[in-house]
Amino acid sequence: MKLIGLLAVIPFIGMFAGPIFHNSVTPFIFGLPFILAWIVAWVFIASGTMAVIYFLDPARTAPEEGL
Amino acid sequence: MIALVLLAVSAALALGIGVKARSGHVMGLEQWTVGGRGFGAALVFLLLAGEIYTTFTFLGASGYAYGLGAPAYYILAYGTLAYIVSYFMLPAVWNYARTHKLVSQPDFFAQKYGSPALGVLVALVGVIALVPYLVLQFTGLGVIVVAASYGAVSKAAAVLIGAAVVTFYVIISGVRGSAWVSIIKDILIIAVVLFLGLYLPAHYEGGVGAMFQAVDKAKPGFLAFADHGKSVSWFVSTVLLTAFGFFMWPHSFGACYTARNAGVFRKNAIFLPLYQLVLCLVFFVGFTAVLVVPGLKGAATNMALLKIVVTAFPPWVVGIVGATGVLTALVPGSLIMMTAATLFSRNIVAVFRPGQSDDQTVRLAKFLVPVVALIAVYFTIAGSSTIVALLLMGYSFVTQLFPALLCSLMARNPVTRQGAFAGIAVGVAAVVYFTVSNETLATLFPDWPETIRDLNIGTVAVLLNILVMAGVSAATATSRRAVPAE
Repeated sequence: MKLIGLLAVIPFIGMFAGPIFHNSVTPFIFGLPFILAWIVAWVFIASGTMAVIYFLDPARTAPEEGL
Repeated sequence: MIALVLLAVSAALALGIGVKARSGHVMGLEQWTVGGRGFGAALVFLLLAGEIYTTFTFLGASGYAYGLGAPAYYILAYGTLAYIVSYFMLPAVWNYARTHKLVSQPDFFAQKYGSPALGVLVALVGVIALVPYLVLQFTGLGVIVVAASYGAVSKAAAVLIGAAVVTFYVIISGVRGSAWVSIIKDILIIAVVLFLGLYLPAHYEGGVGAMFQAVDKAKPGFLAFADHGKSVSWFVSTVLLTAFGFFMWPHSFGACYTARNAGVFRKNAIFLPLYQLVLCLVFFVGFTAVLVVPGLKGAATNMALLKIVVTAFPPWVVGIVGATGVLTALVPGSLIMMTAATLFSRNIVAVFRPGQSDDQTVRLAKFLVPVVALIAVYFTIAGSSTIVALLLMGYSFVTQLFPALLCSLMARNPVTRQGAFAGIAVGVAAVVYFTVSNETLATLFPDWPETIRDLNIGTVAVLLNILVMAGVSAATATSRRAVPAE
């Protein structure tokens, strides 16, 4: 795990920031209550983050290596 | 009647596939448990995703949304974060397991820390944690059979029938059967959930947005976290506990051994978060049920999804939904039973009975499967918990293994085998105490701030675990045998 692994911390912070700073039903986003919409958005961002990490990860080309 | 027939057909179909999948493979220990380590990305994806679409999500998530509202969102958050953890953790675990030809999770701890005693402890923790998980699947099966028979079959009889089917399935099938039935199960459940999640809000409220507006009007604040109890602090601590515990389940940990190479996990970490978005639609069903079939309380909220389906549709649709539900309990249920039996036979009994051959281990494991089933049946019939509460109890146990595992993956492990053993033992003891005494931080420290009082009690046990692990490791560091760097 190299420095790019730190990117993986972002979804953790993001996922929690919404409920912590704006724990509210409104505004509704695309019909969803705010907190649910926030979490769904971060599911997408998490997936994107992992894709970025995957393509930058040197371990990808050396799959037999451990941590 | 038609609904029950459809349930029986789906169970029979699963059994048929299970038998077919084993043909051509001699069912030795490695085949029965880790499929000979020859699974490619797709099968591993399905085995790992098996966790996503189980009775837990199908009935548990909808019931939790119905009963509690916003706290159900945690299910979407923890899976996503768990896959991020898996990206970094599983390749290392897989690599080590392959090098040392490991079959189970306790093997890993025993080998890493050079301590068979630690292996036995880990196996015990695994077996204990798997019991509520199995109870959860049986509870789901019971709910489905009761609903599909329109109340004609009693809960106890329904649970017994369900348990018998799963037991039979495990004994004849093994991990290969589970992987293949997983495919059918996932296709069915996605289709069913897509349909229910879009149709029900549209049919009753005119759309998903309108449905949420109506829920907000009927129950103000229900769609955000409460100020007390299941508050934001509960959410954060529960998500962390479960995200780190996700792959500490002995069967998930073991499922990762089935991969052909380590790259499988990295790729899956990109797609699995998206794959679980279907959960949103399960929430939609639960929230619509709040408006359509109100009044279910406590453990009865497990019925929310089936109740609204019975209200909205003719019996044959109930049959299809029920049949899907049966598969969602069958696949994980069989994996759990197989894992618990193998753990007991291989990692506990065999340690005390040197010279036990692999054949004897498999035979003992298969003998133990019905025993495990009966224990779970007892707790299912005697207990009355929501499905989510059962899973969270299991998580409190398995997450105790995470700190010692994480440290063991470091190049220079600061934790000694005594430290790992003491930490896990204290963590588990704390969970047992909190569970049996029904204590929470709120009852123990009523004067402390809300943020601390609402923390998931499992995270408190993990903190104790880490403190003890660090303390004992520091005290025993000098006597530590140099563990070879991996």
